[in-house]
Amino acid sequence: MAQKQSSDQPSVQELIAKASNKKRKKIIEKLIPIILFLIASVSVLTTFGIIGTLITETVIFFSRIPVLDFIFGTEWFPFANTEPQYGILALIAGTLKVTFIAVIVAVPFGIGSAIFLSEYASDNVRRIIKPILEVLAGIPTIVYGFFALTFVTPLLQQIIPELKIFNALSPGIVVGIMILPMIASLSEDAMSAVPSSIREGALAMGSTKLEVALKVVLPAALSGIIASVVLAVSRAIGETMIVSLAGGSTPSFDLDVTGSIQTMTAYIVQVSSGDAGYGTTIYYSIYSVGFTLFLFTLVMNIIAHVISKKYREEY
Amino acid sequence: MNYVNHKSVIKRMNKRLIVNRVFKTIFFIATLFALVVLAVLFYRIITQGIGYITPDFFQNFGSRFPEKAGIKAALIGSIWLMCVVAPVSIILGVGTAIYLEEYAKKNKLNDFIRMNISNLAGVPSVVFGLLGLTIFVRALSLGNSILAAGFTMSLLILPVIIVAAQEAIRAVPQDVREASYGMGATKWQTITQIVLPSAIPGILTGAILALSRAVGETAPLVVIGIPVIIQFLPENLLSQFTALPMQIYDWAKRPQAEFQFVASAGILVLMAFLLIMNSIAIFIRNKFQRKY
Repeated sequence: MAQKQSSDQPSVQELIAKASNKKRKKIIEKLIPIILFLIASVSVLTTFGIIGTLITETVIFFSRIPVLDFIFGTEWFPFANTEPQYGILALIAGTLKVTFIAVIVAVPFGIGSAIFLSEYASDNVRRIIKPILEVLAGIPTIVYGFFALTFVTPLLQQIIPELKIFNALSPGIVVGIMILPMIASLSEDAMSAVPSSIREGALAMGSTKLEVALKVVLPAALSGIIASVVLAVSRAIGETMIVSLAGGSTPSFDLDVTGSIQTMTAYIVQVSSGDAGYGTTIYYSIYSVGFTLFLFTLVMNIIAHVISKKYREEY
Repeated sequence: MNYVNHKSVIKRMNKRLIVNRVFKTIFFIATLFALVVLAVLFYRIITQGIGYITPDFFQNFGSRFPEKAGIKAALIGSIWLMCVVAPVSIILGVGTAIYLEEYAKKNKLNDFIRMNISNLAGVPSVVFGLLGLTIFVRALSLGNSILAAGFTMSLLILPVIIVAAQEAIRAVPQDVREASYGMGATKWQTITQIVLPSAIPGILTGAILALSRAVGETAPLVVIGIPVIIQFLPENLLSQFTALPMQIYDWAKRPQAEFQFVASAGILVLMAFLLIMNSIAIFIRNKFQRKY
């Protein structure tokens, strides 16, 4: 029984129109995307800020030190009173030594754990181990640095007596432990993404689990695994506190891992925590080193991106 | 006639199974390695540091003498720092995520923003320190204050928060949004009243994990010149301050053996700080996460 609405009561439509205040709403709906876009552009501005500051300060540095001396020089003695030397190769050598040792530690253990977690472990075991790897990944690097200096170095000195207090070996191993969870969890993701039907096919043909893991899953997930290693290398190159605490501060262009070294990151920390005055060549040198470091990690990240995009096997 | 030589099959199969078992053990040991390292690390730090955790340790400022050294200034400083980093990074991160997930059309500019965020996540923290030193400390002349350090740290963890917030927003199913539009809600109403409430647990979990990274990050603080020995508590956002990782770094560098124990005690405080933050994150994830 439809009762006719009395004319003095507003219709539902009018009520909605009244309550919703269309004009204000329209302005908000127009304004919000603009505000959000401005917020989103902060991240772009950050990148421009990083590149901009690094380049402008590096240009000032190169107006005082010849570019070629910087790129090809093998001596890094910025604090020398008479003839300071700025040869970045000495710092790069330190960085690469640490990175290389880290990769030797992290890749076998990381991929080994990834295979175990993805191919052998039961769900229960995985539920215990994965959070522990996350804890390992969440430990601040300063704690790792302290661990390298006060535990790993003395331990290594008992095996290699000629090892100095500051060396490349100990921070290298500890950086390896730091990037291990990253390789393990990213590789495990890549391997878990391989569909089970392929695994089951291989098992039905009589393969053992190991053969499935090494001959079927590993090749299928290879691009993801390599990308994870490249990303981890980029992390190792940019790692700062471990090498600052345990690596020392004597850059040297050689292959010795038992003696004191200095990495690019550790140099930046050394200069910043001392008091190199604003405007001195040493002050500008940290930007040139930072720029080199930035280029290294950028190239690594791009390589990782390309590998995981281009060579991914789709199922 | 026998097509299959059973003897040789069994012999080869046994060998393959043994190899399988050997490698399973090897992979298991590789996994154990990480766990053992973690156990040793915790054992060392707890046994070294626990003796120095006294009420005095929390009430004293930094000192040249190990027995007098305390963590008060660093602990309070870290809390101040978080009070800047948390709002700044969450507003910027969630805003960016809403823009990318709800508004951004597929065009070159937005692709560039996305690519830029993933690249930013790979920039070493020490480089963010250089950015902070040039822009916040010098150009905006904030000095080595809480604000300068807070802005630097916010930019550092921004990519992590953006990605976490994007995932949380993406997990809200399209149906719910469409139902909201169907009821006559505008886009912004849908976002604030439908999408965000169900995405907030995920966003908060990601944000707290990112913040706990900022608590332990040392390199940017060193680069922007945060002092170590501070004998007063910060009064406002432009005050000088010191933070937990800076204090630990300073103690770890000192040659006297006693400072090793003080550093361990400092690390214990830092780890407790992180543990509390992570527990909150896990609590939020388990309690409030809605499944569709």
